[in-house]
Amino acid sequence: MPASTLARGVRRIGAGTIRAVSRAGFATRFFLLVLRHSPSAFHRLQLTAREIYFAGVLSLVVIMVSGLFVGMVLGLQGYDALNKYGAGDSLGIFVGLSLVRELGPVVAGLLFASRAGSAITAEIGLMKTTEQLSAMEMMAVDPLARIVAPRFWGGVISMPLLAALFSVMGVFGAYLVGVRLIGVDNGTFWGNMQAGIGFWPDVTNGIIKSLVFGIAVSLIAVFEGYDANPTAEGVSAATTRTVVGGSLAILALDFVLTVFMFRGLGSG
Amino acid sequence: MTDVTFGYDRRRPVLRGINMAIPRGKVVAIMGGSGCGKTTMLRLIGGQLRQQTGKVLVDGQSVKDLSRDGLYALRRRVGMLFQFGALFTDMTVYENVAFPMREHTDLDDALIRDLVLMKLNAVGLRGAAQLRPAELSGGMARRVALARAIALDPMLVMYDEPFAGLDPISLGVVGQLIRTLNDALGITSVVVTHDVYESLKMVDYLYFVSEGRIISQGTPEEVRNSTDPFVRQFVDGQPDGPVPFHYPARPYAEELAVRAR
Repeated sequence: MPASTLARGVRRIGAGTIRAVSRAGFATRFFLLVLRHSPSAFHRLQLTAREIYFAGVLSLVVIMVSGLFVGMVLGLQGYDALNKYGAGDSLGIFVGLSLVRELGPVVAGLLFASRAGSAITAEIGLMKTTEQLSAMEMMAVDPLARIVAPRFWGGVISMPLLAALFSVMGVFGAYLVGVRLIGVDNGTFWGNMQAGIGFWPDVTNGIIKSLVFGIAVSLIAVFEGYDANPTAEGVSAATTRTVVGGSLAILALDFVLTVFMFRGLGSG
Repeated sequence: MTDVTFGYDRRRPVLRGINMAIPRGKVVAIMGGSGCGKTTMLRLIGGQLRQQTGKVLVDGQSVKDLSRDGLYALRRRVGMLFQFGALFTDMTVYENVAFPMREHTDLDDALIRDLVLMKLNAVGLRGAAQLRPAELSGGMARRVALARAIALDPMLVMYDEPFAGLDPISLGVVGQLIRTLNDALGITSVVVTHDVYESLKMVDYLYFVSEGRIISQGTPEEVRNSTDPFVRQFVDGQPDGPVPFHYPARPYAEELAVRAR
């Protein structure tokens, strides 16, 4: 009895692994196909511009409000912690660094996955369910070029801009709380920030991070939509997978990227 | 189509040795119960699926052997009406009909506008040009999809269940449109349907498909007078006959007895 249970367990792990690997392979091929069809997304810019509007412009409110609040909380908590060691004046650099390096790309990425990624997946999934993709194919129009590639690039372009805006709003929120509310000196706040944060590596690395997150989330979103089971449950499951998978991908990639980007900085 | 066999997997073939000829300029109906492989045939003709054996020839070209570019060139000359229209929900009716023209031609906007209005006029919906697909009734959506299918003046139009879920008036309108457009534009039409009554009124020839085989065929006249038990069951709408009412199952008594214990 235990032997057969064991065998069943092993079999299940094996089947799961095979499924995961073949899905990864399929996703990779899909990614390459999307890249191959990308020139047409730029050839007809208005298609991509429309997707930047849907993925980027419509995410502005949630991104900016979140940025503001995260910044304000950072200002409160950061000042409290720093002041214990008499370093309350370093609030500017503390807030700036955490936003530009980490919180901006990561939190904006997570919000982007749940706000724009889920919408992209649901839209493509529903187009598949209602045979719109099939109809397009029968009209000799490749859905990868007409539907998928513009949405992918719309997401990739929007994401770094949203992350940057998130950081800006965060810094502003910290300024409101730190300088206006608590009373950190205005010049010290901005001066420290300016002196402590370099465009290279801090800001550029943050931008690179948000770009990588944008590629990952957009790819997951279009892939899950395109690969969704053409039923109501299928689309709902695909949307969930986009949010969960996209968020986990962001966190994992963030760790890897941080290791590479900022490893030598502490000792140097 | 000659000797076409197709299955989504090896064990369960959907089509088994189908032979079918669709003459130019005619309206041909493919009839059969739900899930008998009718839609699959359309997908084989359109090259969305590839048969395991046999040949599918459209205008002399073997669809299976076409390159991607060749297939896309063929599809430009083939229109297809999907079961529920499959209109693009993010565009207006006007944009839906203009879509194939914008994608495949360099016509300027003024000319496209005239063409779109002509196509919409042909299906009687010129006044609905600025509506969104969500605002249309089922019958109207079907007619818009028809206008889109004939946007590029195709040689062949395939209809997947054009009558499904329509009220009697819309049903008559769509049936009439298929016939008149076919004759006026000199196209060839393939209609996949299970609506015998409507098809008998308008088609030139019918094929009956069951369990992946063609089991009967003929002109509407021949079908009406047919004595074939399957055709009779289909035409008269009898619940039981060669197509059984019951899905294959264990004997009723046996199953109930097991449950009762």
